[in-house]
Amino acid sequence: MMSKRIQQIPKRISAIKFGLLSPKEIRNMSATNVITADTYDEDGFPIEMGLMDTRLGVIDPGLKCKTCHSKAGECPGHFGHIELVVPVIHVGFNKTIRKLLRSVCGNCSRLLLNETQKEDYLAQLNAVKGIGHMPDDLINEVYKEAAKVKRCPYCDAEQNDIKFEKPTEYLENGERLTPTEIRDRFENIPDEDIRVIGMDPENARPEWMVLTVLPVPPVTVRPSITLESGQRSEDDLTHKLVDIIRINQRFQENRDAGAPQLIIEDLWELLQYHVTTFFDNSVSGIPPARHRSGRPLKTLSQRLKGKEGRFRGSLSGKRVNFSARTVISPDPDLSINEVGVPLPIALILTIPEHVTERNVDFLKEHIRRGPANYPGANYVIRSDGGRIKITDINQEDLCEKLEYGWIVERHLRDGDVVLFNRQPSLHKMSIMAHSVKVLDGKTFRMNPAVCPPYNADFDGDEMNMHVLQTEEARAEAKILLQVQENILSPRFGGPIVGGIHDHISGMFLLTRKDNPVTGRINKDDALDLLRKTDIRELPAPAGVDENGEEYWTGKQIFSQILPEGLNISFSSNVGTKDMEEDLKNDAYVVIEDGELIAGTIDETAMGAFKAQILDTIIKEYGTTRGAQFVDDVTKLAIRAVMRTGLSFGIADEDIPEEAKIQIDMVLTTAEDEVQKLIQAYKDEELEPLPGRTLDETIEMRIMQELGRARDKSGKIADAHMGLENPAAMMARSGARGSILNITQMAACVGQQAVRGARINRGYRERTLPHFERGDLGADAHGFVKSSYKSGLNPTEYFFHSIGGREGLVDTAVRTSQSGYLQRRLVSALQDLEVQPDYTVRDTRGVIVQFLYGEDGIDPTKSDFAKPEAIHRIFRNVTGKEV
Amino acid sequence: MAKMKDAEIQAMIQDLPLPKNILKTMQADAVSVGVTEKEMQEIIDRVMVGYKLSQIEACDAAGVVAAQSIGEPGTQMTMRTFHYAGVAEINVTLGLPRLIEIVDARKIPSTPTMTIYLKNDSGLVDEDGKADYAFDRDKAQSVAWDIEATKIDHIASVTTDLAQMKIVINVNEKAMNKRHMVFMEIAEKFKEKIPDAMVEVSEENFQIDLTPKDQRYRDLLQLTKKINDITLKGIEDIKRVVLRKGSDTEEYVLYTEGSALKDIISIPGVDMTRTTTNNVSEIFSVFGIEAARNSIITEATNTLREQGLNVDIRHIMLVADLMTSDGEVKQIGRHGISGEKASVFARAAFEVTVNHLLDAGMRGNVDELQGVTENVIVGQPIKMGTGDIRLIARTIDSDNPNLVKSVEKKTVRTRSQKNAADKAELAGSVQVSKDDLISVETADEVDDDEEWDDNVSMDIEETVTEVVEEEPKKRRGRPPKAKAEDEE
Repeated sequence: MMSKRIQQIPKRISAIKFGLLSPKEIRNMSATNVITADTYDEDGFPIEMGLMDTRLGVIDPGLKCKTCHSKAGECPGHFGHIELVVPVIHVGFNKTIRKLLRSVCGNCSRLLLNETQKEDYLAQLNAVKGIGHMPDDLINEVYKEAAKVKRCPYCDAEQNDIKFEKPTEYLENGERLTPTEIRDRFENIPDEDIRVIGMDPENARPEWMVLTVLPVPPVTVRPSITLESGQRSEDDLTHKLVDIIRINQRFQENRDAGAPQLIIEDLWELLQYHVTTFFDNSVSGIPPARHRSGRPLKTLSQRLKGKEGRFRGSLSGKRVNFSARTVISPDPDLSINEVGVPLPIALILTIPEHVTERNVDFLKEHIRRGPANYPGANYVIRSDGGRIKITDINQEDLCEKLEYGWIVERHLRDGDVVLFNRQPSLHKMSIMAHSVKVLDGKTFRMNPAVCPPYNADFDGDEMNMHVLQTEEARAEAKILLQVQENILSPRFGGPIVGGIHDHISGMFLLTRKDNPVTGRINKDDALDLLRKTDIRELPAPAGVDENGEEYWTGKQIFSQILPEGLNISFSSNVGTKDMEEDLKNDAYVVIEDGELIAGTIDETAMGAFKAQILDTIIKEYGTTRGAQFVDDVTKLAIRAVMRTGLSFGIADEDIPEEAKIQIDMVLTTAEDEVQKLIQAYKDEELEPLPGRTLDETIEMRIMQELGRARDKSGKIADAHMGLENPAAMMARSGARGSILNITQMAACVGQQAVRGARINRGYRERTLPHFERGDLGADAHGFVKSSYKSGLNPTEYFFHSIGGREGLVDTAVRTSQSGYLQRRLVSALQDLEVQPDYTVRDTRGVIVQFLYGEDGIDPTKSDFAKPEAIHRIFRNVTGKEV
Repeated sequence: MAKMKDAEIQAMIQDLPLPKNILKTMQADAVSVGVTEKEMQEIIDRVMVGYKLSQIEACDAAGVVAAQSIGEPGTQMTMRTFHYAGVAEINVTLGLPRLIEIVDARKIPSTPTMTIYLKNDSGLVDEDGKADYAFDRDKAQSVAWDIEATKIDHIASVTTDLAQMKIVINVNEKAMNKRHMVFMEIAEKFKEKIPDAMVEVSEENFQIDLTPKDQRYRDLLQLTKKINDITLKGIEDIKRVVLRKGSDTEEYVLYTEGSALKDIISIPGVDMTRTTTNNVSEIFSVFGIEAARNSIITEATNTLREQGLNVDIRHIMLVADLMTSDGEVKQIGRHGISGEKASVFARAAFEVTVNHLLDAGMRGNVDELQGVTENVIVGQPIKMGTGDIRLIARTIDSDNPNLVKSVEKKTVRTRSQKNAADKAELAGSVQVSKDDLISVETADEVDDDEEWDDNVSMDIEETVTEVVEEEPKKRRGRPPKAKAEDEE
């Protein structure tokens, strides 16, 4: 057993070393010298010593690699090489080459610094590397210092100015330095000088930055595609290599034939161009190499760069198996820890289960049911690793053969732990573990109380599910990632899971003092309200009504889902924070010993982000009880809201005639005020605000006046909407919408703004042709007097659209900006970890904080750092108020 | 039972390994409530238990959580520049752009602004001239005039006389006196600042005539521009000063557009202990790195709070600490933290991929694969959180049994006491099955053997010995011998 386990431990890469390839190394690792620019012969077979030589690896099924003798798919591919007739510069290093040329003697190739300077810099360099800093600045200083020296301290040769012309030309005294000359210079730089400029002579000698041999990437890196017509289409890299080989050959022929220097130089430049674009096709200064269609080629650099490049796209972004994605929909009857998985998904996603004495019968049943009958199994894996697909034919056979130690990949079943995720994954609560509940239908189902952490709604959102494949992963997920462990957000230490929308409406209606429907609840109704919860017993009835029937109150019903011994009191969402006043309005919540004594339950009590009660339950009773409470709240609330009924229609936006008159009056006076202001402005009687121009002042004053008018009209509308109005009820309980929304619907939409100011663009001196030139009035600059209910007039509609568009643009810009901010933050901070000694350190071991957060307290549990926590302890111990 | 005296309480709690603010609250509560010694002991026990429970766990990926906690609310922020709370006259960048600005460690923010508090040494609050700067409107106003950059068009009308090729400045006496300025000084300033123009001063009409040396139209225009740029009084960078009464006190506070901390400090009447700017790099250069760190924290917290977003200060502190941990304010991004990471892969995967790879090749860099990105790239488990805990076994070196022990002590790292115990158990069970493995030291034996580095470390130095033949490379506390091998 032990030996088997250890065998499974994969090899670990402990470090990866970078370096430059020396010509020798390139030849050594090469499988073949590539000399022909052709790829395939007429029969479609790869040409020997061509770019598709089978020694470089194979991509066509049926062929075997001549180097490793494996089939396509197994062979990783092997490098080849091209012997360049003349050396060429590697573009990537053009700047380094420039710096080196300037700081190295043109005659004796020594670094133009005296021995003491060299020693000094080397020591500094080692010190910087020792503490793990980037040596860039220091190395640049070395280059700079050396470039200043005009006469070589070793051979006394005078140093010439090196001019650099992008991307690969170097001029000394106006004469072009050929790559051959550059290479010669670099070859003679002694090892100890190379170290001073931060290079490692063993792994990266400067002359290797000038290429004499070009490595040819394996075929597997640049596979060709066979089109439907049977024609082959080569990869961009292959195209580029073809160019290089052609020019290389032509150069050879011309030189052998003794062509004039001019032609040779042209060809050399051409070769340089092709090699340059082979590495990087977006070098400034030269035109990018293009396809016949005009599309620029995607060469090595382009493959690595950017979001879809190798690094960010392929290497950092892993793809997975055992995942599913579909639309989500709500189901308040599920626990927050559960996720409803559609049956078709459960039939495909599997859990590998080891066959043991204890589960062998259980697994055999699964095998017998096969892949099509739920809950069945899809595959059996033998202990030697052989994978057998379960079919109708071999089901029985497999059952008999099944041994301990085999693995059965059985269908997903209720209770299995899976990860659930919604993009964008902005915080850790975007991926949480749920336990599976297999359901009919085709959507993932979830309790709506977990919408806030995922930031999900059900307007067509899709989510992903991942099935965990190892015991370790499942254990970790269950302990750390389960929803109930993530109710408290580490961002602010409060609950992020909680009731939303109808949950809040439901609770509000249920626990309100004078709700006609839920005020007096008879036994049947009371039990029905609690039907979906586990509670089956009712407390003593609140009283007996005139018919002699026992009744209960909504507050009593709600108390049933509270844990015993819970004590808490706070001002609710409707409340004014004035305790006396709130108590009168049933807006001050008092819970004593798990009994709701007074107050109405609303957003402050159980809504996401606020949830006072939930917060206290989790902190005093633990996460399991907290999750239980959320489950019960959602179930009870939905039944409560169904019982009362809650609808919202256009008629609910109606306000009485007198209110309309009042609002009209407010708006008319405001307009008059604005006219007065404008008159004062025109008469130059307006006193400018300090530091503002007169124009700015009038704008600000008008905005203020109109803003006030809207607020006033909103108050009037609000005053005429009691709690029996669903919009007002929802706004005040915090279920949905705000007083502003009501104002806009019923009273007045208000000022439309662009960039925080009134709308001022459009035609010359006016926004629309409907107004006089220079009109500063309210309606000419986007004040919408109408309400949504009454409807907007054409100019108002137009201004409203302008304002609305700004909002859309703002959101679009913001998402990209904040996305980048997030990426940068994560990339900078991801390696910081709290150590066992509570310091925070990065990967190098550099201490960033000596004690996490200055007090070592987890932000999730940060309540403890607040004085109230200490007060509470004092109160509990001494029994006295603090 | 007798109530405890203040000093006794003090003595009881002062050595507890608790954060200062908790100790302070305890002290204050104990004094105000009045406790007996027994009660106090009970309270201390409960507080200690509570503190243990609320402590962050070792191996917690505090960095990622902080990054997410600041980044996630970014989506909910507005983009617009709004007015400063309380002072409508001064525009200040807020919301997401401001947060980006802070994290970018920009040299100059897009809207630099200062909040200048005034001295109140006398402590008087009355209005008849006896009060100090902070409560005397006239004194405060005069400080404001000293600070605000006064340009010529603030106090005079400037007309260009094309016929005579000269510029005529008519100083408004009232405006000039309001700013406590003297006419001749202004005239002198012009003479000094524009040496190549003829300056005629007429003191009785408060008029200054300027004539360019060359009688050219272009020169005249240039001169007009030039005189408008001259700062006659105040501090060049401070474009505007607004005097306001504080939000809840009667104190006068100056709010400025533009920032020049260094110059402001020397202005008489300014209370430099409370005066601040929103320019972090300025605070850094004047007061140093710790002040810069605090400034980052306050700026970021205020930005988030103003948007109504609740983010725990510990997250912001971590970001600020990381930005300033090297003694200079470093940007979160390519030119700062991310660009200086130890790992080549981490840098390449962030931005400017190709250059990092080429440089790494040239330098012969080694990626030790310690961080998150690197291990994702090579497809290995990440050494953080649950991935940072490993069971390591070592075969005994039969020739030199002492060697093993010393190695063990260095490889030790565990999560918490509870886990340590679990691990010890586990390790024990593994070790039984293998005869050639050494026995496991129990936690107590090594207890006070090794200190991490500190006075801050609390108590968790428990030790487990670990068992596996796998190469037991550890990030920190790796045996020095192994390190030497790596570096050759």
